[in-house]
Amino acid sequence: MMSDTILEVKELKQYFRLSRKEIVRAVDGISFTIEKGKTYGLVGESGSGKSTTGRSIIRLYKPTGGQILFQGTDISGKLKADEKKFLHTKMQMIFQDPMACLNPRKKVIDIIGEGLMIHKVCKTREEMEQKVYQILDLVGLSKEHAKRYPHQFSGGQRQRIGIARALVLEPDLIIADEAISALDVSIQAQVVNLMKKIQKETGIAYLFIAHDLSMVKYISDHIGVLHLGHLVESGSVEEIFENPIHPYTKSLLTAIPVPNPRVERTKVLHEYDISMLDCPYTESKRIYIGGTHYVLGTEDEVEKWRKE
Amino acid sequence: MEEKELILSVKDLKVSFKTDNGTVKAVRGVNFDLHIGETIAIVGESGSGKSVSAKAVMGLLSNNATIEGGTIYYTWNDEYTGEKKETDIVKMSGEDMQKIIRGRKIAMVFQDPMTSLDPTMTIGKQIMEPMIVHYNKSKAEAYKKAVELLKLVGITDGERRMKNYPHQLSGGMRQRIVIAIALSCDPYVLICDEPTTALDVTIQAKILKLIQDIQKQKELSVIYITHDLGVVAKVADHINVMYAGKIVETGTTEEIFYDPRHPYTWGLLSSMPDMSTESDTLYSIPGTPPNMIKEITGDPFARRNPYALQIDYRLEPPMFPVKGSDTHKVASWLMHEKAPKVEMPETLKKRIEAMKRGDK
Repeated sequence: MMSDTILEVKELKQYFRLSRKEIVRAVDGISFTIEKGKTYGLVGESGSGKSTTGRSIIRLYKPTGGQILFQGTDISGKLKADEKKFLHTKMQMIFQDPMACLNPRKKVIDIIGEGLMIHKVCKTREEMEQKVYQILDLVGLSKEHAKRYPHQFSGGQRQRIGIARALVLEPDLIIADEAISALDVSIQAQVVNLMKKIQKETGIAYLFIAHDLSMVKYISDHIGVLHLGHLVESGSVEEIFENPIHPYTKSLLTAIPVPNPRVERTKVLHEYDISMLDCPYTESKRIYIGGTHYVLGTEDEVEKWRKE
Repeated sequence: MEEKELILSVKDLKVSFKTDNGTVKAVRGVNFDLHIGETIAIVGESGSGKSVSAKAVMGLLSNNATIEGGTIYYTWNDEYTGEKKETDIVKMSGEDMQKIIRGRKIAMVFQDPMTSLDPTMTIGKQIMEPMIVHYNKSKAEAYKKAVELLKLVGITDGERRMKNYPHQLSGGMRQRIVIAIALSCDPYVLICDEPTTALDVTIQAKILKLIQDIQKQKELSVIYITHDLGVVAKVADHINVMYAGKIVETGTTEEIFYDPRHPYTWGLLSSMPDMSTESDTLYSIPGTPPNMIKEITGDPFARRNPYALQIDYRLEPPMFPVKGSDTHKVASWLMHEKAPKVEMPETLKKRIEAMKRGDK
C-alpha cells in the first residue's frame, strides 16, 4: 500500500550540540507514517520534541539520523535543487503565532502570493492575484482583505491568512505547529472546522502538532504521544482514547480540563514521573497491542499497565 | 447559602480608550461582587474587556484609558485598629493605590511568566523586592519568607533556586515564581489573568491545584480571567460571562454549566470540544465580535445570534433574574416574559444531560 502513504518517518533523530560535552537529544528515534488525506496528531508537553519533529520533517533542521520519505523520496539527506523545489512546494507549515509569522510590512496579497512568484507557479502578477483571491475565498476571507496589512486583522483572521499561505501552492502535506493554541476557544473551533473542510475538498494531509488533546481528538485520525523525544504510544484516535496504556498518556488524558464542574471537581490526577519506569526509553521496545496501537516499554511493563 | 463578607464590589464600571481611530468603549458597565474566600471567573473572548476590567481593579490601566464611570469598592479591616474600611479604587490617586492596595491587598498573576519576570534579576531578589518595598522588611527577614514562599508554591530546593535567573527555569516553574511574588505581601485578593494559557495541560493542572491549595490555606479570594471553560469548571464558584464589554450572564458554576440561558453562553459551551462528542464539525459562533469604536445600539450579540428578536437590534437588554434563583441573571430579551420561548440547541441539551449524569 505504498501509494497511500504520503510521509514515512523512520527512526528520526534530531540532536542539538550545545557545547563540546553536551548534546540535547530532542528527538530520539521516532517512526510514524501519514496517509494521504489523513491527519496525524502529535501531542506531548513542551520540551517533548514535537515541534522539533515538525521542523525536521520540513527540513528547517538537518536531521541527525533516520530517514524521512515524502511521497517515496528520501528528503532527510542533502537535497538536490529539484528535490528542494519539490519539498518546498508540496509541504507547507502553519505556525503557532500568526502575528509573528506574517511580515508586518507586506500586504496580505504579497504574503500569500510570495511563494507563487518565487516558485514561478504564476508567471504574471494578474495570475497570482487571481489565485490568491481563490484561496482567500476558500479560507473564508474576502477579496477586500487582500489589500490590507496583517495588523488590521483579528487573531482568527490572521491564522486564516497563515493557512491561506500554506495552501496556495497546493501542497500534499501541511504541518500545523500549534496552529490553534494561541486562539480563543470559539475561534479555535472556526479554524479547526476550516481545516477539516479544506481536507475534505482537497484531500490534503495534516501533521497536527498540539498539546491540547481535546482538539487533537477532533481533528486527527491517528495520534502519536511524544515524551522526551520518544514516541511512547501511538495508534488510532479510538485506540488512544478508549484504551490508553502508557502511564504518560493516561496522565495527559486526565489533565485535560473537562467543561463539567461535577466531573472536574472530583477528578484524580494521574501523576507521571519518568522514574516510575522500570527501564529507560532508550532500552524499551515498541510493543504491539493490536490494530495500529503500539506502546513503548518492556513486555512486563505493558502487562502491568494493562492491568491497572 | 450563608452570607459571606463582601471584599470587592464592582458597580457599573465603564472604561474607554482613546485611540487614533476614535474612542473604544472597552468596558460598558460591568457589575460583579467578590466575597471572602470565594473564587469567581470572568469568561469571554479576547477583546470582550475582561482583562481591562481586572486592570481597572488593579489601577493598572494604560495612559490612554479613562474610567468613565462606576465604582470599585474594596473593603478591608485595618491592620492596626481592626476597624472596617471601605474605599473606592476609582477615586484613589495613583500614589495611594500603590501604597495601600496594589500588591498588599490585591495582587495579580499575568498570563506570560516570561514577560512578567525581570530577566536580569535573580528570582530570589524578585520575590524579596515587594516585601522590602511595601513592608520595609530587612533583607534577612525577606529572604526567610521568600524561601518559605517557594516551598508553598511547590519548589523544594528553594535556597538553591533563589540564585537562579528566570531563563534557567521551565515555564511551569516560572509561573510558580510569579505566584510566589504575588503572594509575597499577603494579599487578600488574587487576580489571575489567563494564568495557565501559556502552559501545557499537565502543568496547567498542577498550577490550578496549587492556587486552590494556597487559597484554602490563606483564605484568599481569587478572580480568574480566562477563555477556557475547562479551567473554569475546575476552580470557580461563580461565573460571569462577558461579551463586548458587558456581563451577559452571571450565576454559580452549576447554573452556568447545567442551565445556561444566554445564546452566547450556549455558543461558548457548544464550541468546547469535549471528549465524547461524536459529531464531525465543532460548533462555532458565527461572525466576529463587534467593533467597539462604533456606538452599539441594541444587543451587541444580536448580529451573531440565531435567536435574535426584533427588539435586540433596537434596545439593549437589561439583566433579567432567572426564576427560582437569586444568583443567576441573564442579559437577554429572550428572558422577558413576553418573549417567545426558545430552547437551547439540541446537541447542547444532550451534552448537558450527559454531563449531569456524570459521564465524561
